[in-house]
Amino acid sequence: MKYVLKKVLSCIITLFIVSLLVFVAFSLIPGDPALSRLGTNATEAALASLRHQMGLDRPLAVRYFEWLASAIRGDFGKSYSYSMTVTSMIADKLPITLTLMLYSMVLMVIISVPLGVYASYKEGTAIDKVIQIINQITMAIPPFFSGILITLIFGMTLKMFTPGGFVSVKISPSRFFGFMFFPSLAIALPKSAMVLNLLYSSLNAEKKKDYVRTAYSRGNKSKTVFFGHMLKNASIPTITFLGMALADMIAGSIIIEQVFGIPGLGRILLTSIQNRDYPVVIAIIMLIACVVIVSNLLVDIIYKLVDPRVKD
Amino acid sequence: MKQKKISFNLILGSVLLAVTLVPALIGLIWTPYDPEAMNSSLKLAGVSIRHIYGCDNFGRDIFSRIMAGSGITLLIAVGTVAFGSIIGTAIGAFTGYFGGIIDEALMRINDVALAFPSLLLALVMVSLLGTGKYQVMLALGIAFVPSYARIVRSEYIRIKNLDYVKAARLAGASDLRIMFVHILPNTRTVLLSSVMIGFNNAILAEAGLSFLGIGVQPPDASLGRMLSEAQAYMFTNAGYVLFTGCTIVMIILGFSLLSKEIK
Repeated sequence: MKYVLKKVLSCIITLFIVSLLVFVAFSLIPGDPALSRLGTNATEAALASLRHQMGLDRPLAVRYFEWLASAIRGDFGKSYSYSMTVTSMIADKLPITLTLMLYSMVLMVIISVPLGVYASYKEGTAIDKVIQIINQITMAIPPFFSGILITLIFGMTLKMFTPGGFVSVKISPSRFFGFMFFPSLAIALPKSAMVLNLLYSSLNAEKKKDYVRTAYSRGNKSKTVFFGHMLKNASIPTITFLGMALADMIAGSIIIEQVFGIPGLGRILLTSIQNRDYPVVIAIIMLIACVVIVSNLLVDIIYKLVDPRVKD
Repeated sequence: MKQKKISFNLILGSVLLAVTLVPALIGLIWTPYDPEAMNSSLKLAGVSIRHIYGCDNFGRDIFSRIMAGSGITLLIAVGTVAFGSIIGTAIGAFTGYFGGIIDEALMRINDVALAFPSLLLALVMVSLLGTGKYQVMLALGIAFVPSYARIVRSEYIRIKNLDYVKAARLAGASDLRIMFVHILPNTRTVLLSSVMIGFNNAILAEAGLSFLGIGVQPPDASLGRMLSEAQAYMFTNAGYVLFTGCTIVMIILGFSLLSKEIK
């Protein structure tokens, strides 16, 4: 338990550093938010009063701690471009992006783990080589292009879904999950190739170890040795990679949302970057940072469970 | 003597890169058609002898645009990797060699930065720096610094206690001389393979940013920018999307096959 507490504490410190860096970086950007909101014709008095209203006339440190205090309570301030709170803008988009992320994570594991194990089990056979070649090509496909290919193949040619036909979960959960399968697949495919590759090579590396030879010499069947002994040891680097992949998937979702026309976090992030709507940008970055850091924390904990030798 | 087998990866990788990079290099000085020349009678024209990849929504020759676009994509990738690896190496060398509080603080920030997907880091940078090809180069370059810094730092920590470094110090070599004349050349294998991987990541990240519309801006055409334009017309001219996308896949596959060989 001490291990977990220590990790949680270090996560909180990391989040604090991220928030400080992000807040300061966005405050130092040249350009006046009040000026961009009122236009160049605004009078100096109007600008000053808006700056005061937006709190921009106070010192940076004061603004940071005020922002931090309300951010912890889930209030990220007001959007510059829309007269809405940032929290209300993000609240219904976040679940969509998180669904996409977790869905692709599940697909990735379903695709890569059995194939990787199977290819390693059949090492050197023709089927192993075929898997390797397909894998190498898949790895080189960027997620947005895999999204386009999936739209072309499954959407246009096979008519399995309507391109751009996103359905909200409130209207029809089954159609929502049916549609989300394809963007999730687009994110999962290139990543699956990497997981497969990693699992394959770590399984093959385990084969040469002494304990495997010992297990065979005691008369174990090859299946028992493979699934009972080697798989657990080989899964350790794969788990680390899965944690890193989870972080990458949120970046993947932002791009894939554009390909499939999904109204998630990605779209608000992009329009906010283009409109220089910094409170929204900062809030989304902080949310993503939370997801990334929490997923790293989970990996560390799972790591410890799988391999008790990991030091505190 | 056993004859060294010429590897399949090496051949395929070189062929893929030749097919994509040679046109890109030629595209810097000559393209069959002006990549910007519009022709309304050729809007979304299919594949033909005169336009081997067909034409885009403005009747511009897609092959010429891919030649020019690959050039910009590669230029950005080279700039990004150069910036990221030089700054990253310098930071990694100093922190790894000297250690101490600055090392601790920088590595803490580095860990945070590394936890972020590089595309998101680049997104943050682009929103700070603005869009355009030089901004993208700088944004991606900065986003790539942490990974190089970490790799080089761990190499320096490993090497700085080796006997030859101690010998150099006894002979009176200065810290800077030991860092850059004695240790740096011995990090080359690690550095080279991470430069190759970084090159691929840079191509992917640039394509991703431009695809999102916040990377390279018109009239410049990068492969990612073209792909996002092509996406709107994939129902009328699928060739546009496929030729552009496959060019990206071929470049990345080529580099990853070659980097596998170098390892």
